[in-house]
Amino acid sequence: MLSRVVNSLYWMSRYIERAENTARIVDTTLQLLLDSRHLNDAQLAAHWMPIIQATGDETLFGQLFPKATGHSVTDFLVFHPANTNSIFTSVTQARENARMVRDQITVEIWEELNRLYLFLNSPRAREVWDDSPFDFLQQVKASSLQLVGIAFATVVHNEGWHFMQAGKFIERADQTTRILDVRHASLPQKGIPPTVSQADALEWSAVLRSCSAWDAYKDIHGGDVSPVKVAEFLLLSDNFPRSARFCVEELDHSLRNISGVQARRFSNDAEKLSGRLLAELEFGTIEEVFAVGLHDYLDLLQIKLGNIGAAMFNTYIFQPFVNMEEEILVQQEFQQQQSQS
Amino acid sequence: MLKSYDPNGFFDEMASAPGHLRPHYEKFARLFNELTPAEFDEKRRAVDLAFLRQGITFNVYGDKQGTERIFPFDLIPRIIPAKEWEHLERGLVQRITALNLFLHDIYHDQKIVKDGVIPPYYILSGKHFRREFAHFKVPKDIYIHICGTDLIRGGDGTWMVLEDNGRTPSGVSYVLENRRAMKRSFPGMFEAIGVRPVDQYPQELLKTLQHIAPSGVVDPTVVLLTPGAHNSAYFEHTYLARQMGIEIVEGRDLLVRESRVFMRTTKGLQPVHVIYRRIDDDFIDPTVFRRDSMLGVPGLIHSYRSGNVSLANSIGTGIADDKVMYYFVPKMIKYYLDQDPILPNVPTYLASDESEKNYIVENIEKLVVKAANESGGYGMLMGPKSTKAECDEFRQAVLKDPRNYIAQPMISLSTHPTHTGDGKFAGRHIDLRPFILYGEKTVIVPGGLTRVALREGSLVVNSSQGGGSKDTWVLYGDE
Repeated sequence: MLSRVVNSLYWMSRYIERAENTARIVDTTLQLLLDSRHLNDAQLAAHWMPIIQATGDETLFGQLFPKATGHSVTDFLVFHPANTNSIFTSVTQARENARMVRDQITVEIWEELNRLYLFLNSPRAREVWDDSPFDFLQQVKASSLQLVGIAFATVVHNEGWHFMQAGKFIERADQTTRILDVRHASLPQKGIPPTVSQADALEWSAVLRSCSAWDAYKDIHGGDVSPVKVAEFLLLSDNFPRSARFCVEELDHSLRNISGVQARRFSNDAEKLSGRLLAELEFGTIEEVFAVGLHDYLDLLQIKLGNIGAAMFNTYIFQPFVNMEEEILVQQEFQQQQSQS
Repeated sequence: MLKSYDPNGFFDEMASAPGHLRPHYEKFARLFNELTPAEFDEKRRAVDLAFLRQGITFNVYGDKQGTERIFPFDLIPRIIPAKEWEHLERGLVQRITALNLFLHDIYHDQKIVKDGVIPPYYILSGKHFRREFAHFKVPKDIYIHICGTDLIRGGDGTWMVLEDNGRTPSGVSYVLENRRAMKRSFPGMFEAIGVRPVDQYPQELLKTLQHIAPSGVVDPTVVLLTPGAHNSAYFEHTYLARQMGIEIVEGRDLLVRESRVFMRTTKGLQPVHVIYRRIDDDFIDPTVFRRDSMLGVPGLIHSYRSGNVSLANSIGTGIADDKVMYYFVPKMIKYYLDQDPILPNVPTYLASDESEKNYIVENIEKLVVKAANESGGYGMLMGPKSTKAECDEFRQAVLKDPRNYIAQPMISLSTHPTHTGDGKFAGRHIDLRPFILYGEKTVIVPGGLTRVALREGSLVVNSSQGGGSKDTWVLYGDE
């Protein structure tokens, strides 16, 4: 497939997943605030700021808004066109990438993605949001999940599909680490944290809910919510479809489907790095994670995921796009030589 | 709903007089009149929504407010009986044949100039005459592979050619999508009325493109080269590529090495043999034409000249689109084919002829004046509908640069019943753009794009200026 096409499919898929995860995290935070009454501005900021820190957009937020209130943060995360990670921008980007490869995706994917885009651009989007943020976020999440289903059911599982899968899982792994990182301020820098208060437990359940992990977690651990168990579940679970380990395994699987190289071997840097990260997650324990410190561990994990993405780009997409000026010279030189010989 | 329709004295496609339908519209009108206004309205809404959701849109340049719009679609089809279509088909085949012979001639021996049929000055001064391609043999001697000729009907119903679009004509995707929409809206009508299908177009186009593959290539790789997602016809590019099952590429997807064209894929560089290019000559290769083009492929023209890759349409066809050349097409038909033109031109005055220039300048308020190398309804004056200042401006322009202008009498295009809101129908002016494929044989998909000027009284059908479209039904029979 064309490198450019594959690049667009990959980013379309990543941005859809990103929009969904932003919707999840805003949704859960709003739900949580309903439980805690009488919050002053400082307490509200303490709730919202970590979310913005987790997406790495703190500086931009500071430039756009004087202070973090429920209103400014949700506006920043949901609608703001200048925030490259807002739901609005993510969906716009996903759709722009889809538009570049209209001929390569199914009509069904295009129509659903376009419908979501048109909705977000309509005045109705604001009305729904003002009326009920939960309904609004539910629409975004449902649309994203519907796209996953439509893709699964309508797209030929060829090379382009595996790039879409790779994009989805690399983004999901990254988002899970960011959601998990939201409450790191309440933890000691290194080592297993002491027992948690009732209020903290509520916040950690919110983290689980953001990842749609509450039911799955409860089945294993009952109502006992502790940061260690939550982190273990979201990082190392081998069968929960949003855990870092599960996502990296799927990513690795997609990479091998693209190249045809079997597991435990590699033919390029992307496969090498993803295989290595997968082994780390498969053969790591949560005690080791906390020995490093959760926040530092997650930081490192995000860097590793970033490196896999960069390696993929170098391997498959970076059939180096030429610099126009240089290429003109190359061609003129070649034609000159030909005409002389 | 059509019973009270009044053509208001224009030549109308459906009604010869109030209450008198032409025979080829009778079946349709009978079936259509069974619809209630509410049913019609529901169908209309469903089609609009489907177009928007599928992204069947075009981009408007210079419009910051969301660049995509749907091309308004009118549900009343334009119907052409078999006998009339045969006449059009013969005329169009004759014309494209002459145009291809003309292009071959002026890029080789220039007999038509030497024999004094066309003065050399007109060709040499043509903005799109590519003298670099003189004596270059294009694959299979075909210059225009895909042509979109604009036809109109005057006050007495005579079909005339308004212009030939021999560079990168667009609109065929609307022909195909409009038909799909009509089949969804009126599934029962097609068989009952006997409408010829159009959906073979992509396959015929692919055959036309494969026909010009470089010699020795058994299974040629054909691609469609687009300027990119911001081009006004991008929807059409992706649509055609998908229908033909070929890759759609941008300039940056292609690379020339050792005079051969390759595309960048995840598996490395893959050879390309035929390019259906939807980029103008000027932008296609910055080493040859416009240096500042970021859309093109450096080295592409060298590869083309080396015979390693074929282009459709060929380089240099723009001279045939020059409105001054249009004036000479009937003479070309006579010269190359020794036939009389089946489809006449609109009467045309050349400003570079001294006496015709005087006529134009004196009568500019009555005439339509056109710049020789503009399209899309730009660079045009409609005298009777313009202010005195606008007329003066064009008068000066004509006097200053006569080579670049022609003038034609104002033709009041034929009208067609069109929905104008609230279940009402009124006559609106229309034209027709059939698409002609010139390959191993010449193929014209029955019908074409009927464009309609939706504003009351307007004669401008261009999508960028308030035009819409209709499905075009060519019948198996005459009623």
